[in-house]
Amino acid sequence: MSDTLIKMIFGRLSIESLPIHEPIVVATFAGVALGGVALLSALTYFRLWGYLWKEWFTTVDHKRIGIMYMVLGLVMLLRGFADAIMMRLQQSMAFGANEGYLNAHHYDQIFTAHGVIMIFFVAMPFVTGLMNFVVPLQIGARDVSFPFLNNFSFWMTAAGAALVMASLFIGEFARTGWLAMAPLSGLDYSPDVGVDYYIWALQIAGVGTLLSGVNLVATIVKMRAPGMGLMKMPIFTWTALATNILIVAAFPVLTAVLAMLSLDRYVGTHFFTNTAGGNPMMYVNMIWIWGHPEVYILILPAFGIFSEVTSTFSGKRLFGYTSMVYAVLVITILSYLVWLHHFFTMGSGASVNSFFGITTMIISIPTGAKIFNWLFTMYKGRIRFELPMMWTIAFMLTFVIGGMTGVMLAVPPADFVLHNSLFLVAHFHNVIIGGVLFGLFAGINYWWPKAFGFKLDKKWGLVSFWCWVVGFWVAFTPLYVLGLMGVTRRLRHFEDPSLQIWFVIAAIGAAIIAVGIAAFLLQIFVSIRNREALRDDSGDPWNARTLEWATSSPPPAYNFAFSPVIHDLDAWYDMKARGAKRPLTGYLPIHMPKNTGAGVILAGFSLVVGFAMIWYIWWLAAAAFLGLLVTAIAHTFNYDRDFYISAEEVTETENARTAVLARHGA
Amino acid sequence: MSAHPHSHAGQDHGHGHDHGHDAPHSTRGGYITGFLLSVVLTAIPFGIVMGGWIADTRVAVAICAALAMVQIVVHMIYFLHMNSKSEQGWTLMALVFTIIIIVIALAGSLWVMYNMNLNMMPGMASGAGM
Repeated sequence: MSDTLIKMIFGRLSIESLPIHEPIVVATFAGVALGGVALLSALTYFRLWGYLWKEWFTTVDHKRIGIMYMVLGLVMLLRGFADAIMMRLQQSMAFGANEGYLNAHHYDQIFTAHGVIMIFFVAMPFVTGLMNFVVPLQIGARDVSFPFLNNFSFWMTAAGAALVMASLFIGEFARTGWLAMAPLSGLDYSPDVGVDYYIWALQIAGVGTLLSGVNLVATIVKMRAPGMGLMKMPIFTWTALATNILIVAAFPVLTAVLAMLSLDRYVGTHFFTNTAGGNPMMYVNMIWIWGHPEVYILILPAFGIFSEVTSTFSGKRLFGYTSMVYAVLVITILSYLVWLHHFFTMGSGASVNSFFGITTMIISIPTGAKIFNWLFTMYKGRIRFELPMMWTIAFMLTFVIGGMTGVMLAVPPADFVLHNSLFLVAHFHNVIIGGVLFGLFAGINYWWPKAFGFKLDKKWGLVSFWCWVVGFWVAFTPLYVLGLMGVTRRLRHFEDPSLQIWFVIAAIGAAIIAVGIAAFLLQIFVSIRNREALRDDSGDPWNARTLEWATSSPPPAYNFAFSPVIHDLDAWYDMKARGAKRPLTGYLPIHMPKNTGAGVILAGFSLVVGFAMIWYIWWLAAAAFLGLLVTAIAHTFNYDRDFYISAEEVTETENARTAVLARHGA
Repeated sequence: MSAHPHSHAGQDHGHGHDHGHDAPHSTRGGYITGFLLSVVLTAIPFGIVMGGWIADTRVAVAICAALAMVQIVVHMIYFLHMNSKSEQGWTLMALVFTIIIIVIALAGSLWVMYNMNLNMMPGMASGAGM
């Protein structure tokens, strides 16, 4: 009786679910717990809870939400990188008699968590965060179309991340690889909670991603400043539009696939099982229909960042703006036509494989066109080697190599040899680190002064830059070599001692990257400490060209006191060239959305639903779901959603800025 | 394509709703036409299946699928008020994009999976029906 009662209350959660037999996890838990307690007590001691809740957690300001996304991405980067360095260490020592320090059960979770975290909870929040922060400023809007939805989206993403983090200490994570391919991810082969953690983390975060996609598309389509026609839109906004369209079109596919996988696992359907008419190959097919566009969801905004940076730091209008826009749109469509190149070896015939091989090669044409556009923008420009520009140049050199190995993999016969090898691993790290991550670092260094009003420290930025670039090549060149020799991915132990030296070199590379990450954190720390020396009062520290630099740094809550009128593609450059004056009088009250805690509460309930479903605690799942519905309905009756920033307050803020500008000598 | 000048920070405030300035205003006649068309387009497949009017199942399925697609169009025109002018053409553009993506994903998946089945080892294809 009591046994069934306990089962009813706790589902399959029990003391045995806690990984107390894994010393590494226990030590990590101790560290995290100590750090967490320290952080929480510090917040309490300095009485920051009220401030955080009122000014940040409940905010509907796109700038603050953008910054919270960046913080989430940074925290998860540390977790994902810890996984990476553990793998590198294991692989560099586990040869012959030496089994390394990680058992297979733990190792498999680590490579899965690394992939899932780096894509969904590092790259995606970083990209979404930058778009959130920059796009409304670039198009001269006061906020996004649906400010509350924006807050809710962020918290759903954070809830998904929290579930992944919870899996480290309560139960386990999936051991299936980052796409949880069926039938391995089915109940027959993965009966534990790992895959359920995976499913619910991605489903909850997926709601956030999809809604923020809808939000940004609506913002870009409907809220551009007067005069900003589509072909006067800054290129980063163009790439953001393309990326969000891809999100809206692609993420429902992931949701559907994972929903079907959950049905297989929870109610005994047979979509992807080996038996009873299920077809695991359909899982592979469908998840890559989402998975390939996902790659472009990440890289397109990075291309946008590089375009803005190249143009600004070369002091020239972007070369081939129109071709750049068309390249982005062509990539948007083509990204849907190449998914099968991820599974050439699954058994399609020559006609299918050659079709997808050729479409894959075609997609390198618009990408190549972009590289030439950046080179021609730099040509005869007066290039300033500030940090964003250095990241951009490192990107061009690194990404071209990654692109070329990609075209190699696009040749089906070559892919039959290289599939599932470390060559593939080296290739996609080459484009994701060399493309997306370098882009994000360029973007962070570029827009930081806009967000906080002071530049990032250059010295530590350079240390971080060189460690990342050098570390990347030291870590991944050996993987290319090993892959060509036929070493497959996701292995925990090797027999052939002659391979060890390559893994040792790769581990050294990872250590160099670790220094790069530490230097980046130090760069932020040092910059905050020296913020007075690094202060930028002009709002335009880089002599840039687009609209976000027209307002103060950090921008006021309402972004622009008056909606700017756009006459040129490089709107701010055009305003500077015409000597446009800031209007100093005639401010009007500004209609703004109010902060609300509904997003946090809804996401909190979603987190509980997910956790309860993972552990089969049905009553809790039902209760939390009910709470979710009630909160959502109650929120629709909240009519107290907006307020006016009074004209006096706007005048005061703008006068303060006028005074600062006058001191600055502008 | 010009954007509206806007003084509102966002559009989801409780009251200030002013949606649909450029969306065509629907008429009762439009809704009734849409409703009748939907009923007819639903009744025919229902009759085909329940009444067994057509012996060949493949033809029956094909007719049902075709009528379903017509019904999608009816819903979009009469209930969702889609035309080439609403929202400055963005709705139509979104529709065209959606259709392209769906056709790519569906036709591509069918082709890929069919081809995969064809290349199965003899005797194994039966278990992996699509």
